[in-house]
Amino acid sequence: MDILERISEKLLDGDDQEVGRLTRQAIEQGLPPRKILDDGLIAGMGIVGQRFKVHEIFLPEVLMAAKAMYAGMDELRPLLVKEGVPSAGKVVLGSVQGDLHDIGKNLVGIMLRGAGFEVIDLGNDVAPERFVETAREQEAPVIGMSALLTTTMPVMKNVVELIREQGLDGQIKTIVGGAPVDAAFAGEIGADAHGFDAANAVERVKLLVGKTSK
Amino acid sequence: MTELMTFAADEVAPGREAVYELQGIPAGREVQGQAEALCTAALGLLSELAAPAGIIAEVSQAEFEAVYHGEGRNEASTPVGDIFNRAEHLALFAVTLGEEISREITERFRSNDFALGCMLDSVASAAADKLAELVESRFFGALRAEGKTTSGSGAMRYSPGYCGWHVSGQKKLFEVLRPERIGISLGPSFLMQPLKSVSGVIMAGPKEMHCFDDAYPFCERCETHDCRERIRALLGD
Repeated sequence: MDILERISEKLLDGDDQEVGRLTRQAIEQGLPPRKILDDGLIAGMGIVGQRFKVHEIFLPEVLMAAKAMYAGMDELRPLLVKEGVPSAGKVVLGSVQGDLHDIGKNLVGIMLRGAGFEVIDLGNDVAPERFVETAREQEAPVIGMSALLTTTMPVMKNVVELIREQGLDGQIKTIVGGAPVDAAFAGEIGADAHGFDAANAVERVKLLVGKTSK
Repeated sequence: MTELMTFAADEVAPGREAVYELQGIPAGREVQGQAEALCTAALGLLSELAAPAGIIAEVSQAEFEAVYHGEGRNEASTPVGDIFNRAEHLALFAVTLGEEISREITERFRSNDFALGCMLDSVASAAADKLAELVESRFFGALRAEGKTTSGSGAMRYSPGYCGWHVSGQKKLFEVLRPERIGISLGPSFLMQPLKSVSGVIMAGPKEMHCFDDAYPFCERCETHDCRERIRALLGD
């Protein structure tokens, strides 16, 4: 088993210390940072996402793996920055205005980072203007919104409308999620995608990033 | 009359099953290893950091009607709107676990300790529900002790932000109840601080008044439909 496979394996075990150590070792062996990221850390998180999707593992195991992923990223980040390795894309993320529930949103953020995305997490109770302004300023092609209350879901529509009003609908795509949010609602409000869980959200965001115009 | 109350942290410690359910682990699934250890650690943090407190005030139907109508943003027809006129006793309530738990959850996420942060969030959510349940039981127990209930009486609680009662209803509720006295404040978007707080109304009266079909338009968007279980539990008392 090569070192990248061992990184993936230890990541699946949620062993953050070993992932950090093996990542350092891979760097010392001269492996390109991008390869360590893609074939070690992201590959491991990809397996985690698949296992989560089919209910072989659950939230605690996913989050232990994510912590291990971050331990590896801490070692790699300076090299990735130095070499100008681009992320998979930027995503602005937040729970909509009036909604204080952010665990689901946090999980999506963790999984997106695990898939190589740069996540700008605005937290909870985020006003529509802030979502759009941040996406513009950061040139993020995707806004992800979460709501757990039926009463706060309409805020998602406000964000979609604001994007249209500002003529940004070709540049900024939207994905919505949260317990009461379904694909039908996403379609009704004109959102570009619906993520039914964190793993699915990552898959949808990957598709959205490919659809935006630069 | 308004009553302020405090509880020991251990009184609100939730069962592991409730916590695992919030973690998305199916009921009956054997939980061991990392997940079990995380749950144990989170329950320990709850015991150490929670400062459970509650406030409750009985109100008349007319007083509640004003609270319920709030900012005028409720759905046209809701369970609360359909039930409260039949309630014999109504009490506004708010409970909180205090600020320390929320701070700890935030800190765990900030330090990449996601799994424990998330588990603590689930433990605290389940504990806040248990605390609300304790306050409801205490209210109903007091009514019973005063001879104000019959064998057919029951109580259930409802909260703004759920079942068509718009979250902006918090504003009027806070004006009447003033939960600031137990450290809960309301933000401009009607969010409560500390986050692990629950507020609403407890409606006591004939159990049957709580029997509604989850067929309101907004029920289509509800994934939990936990009203069914709550009604079943009430009728099974």
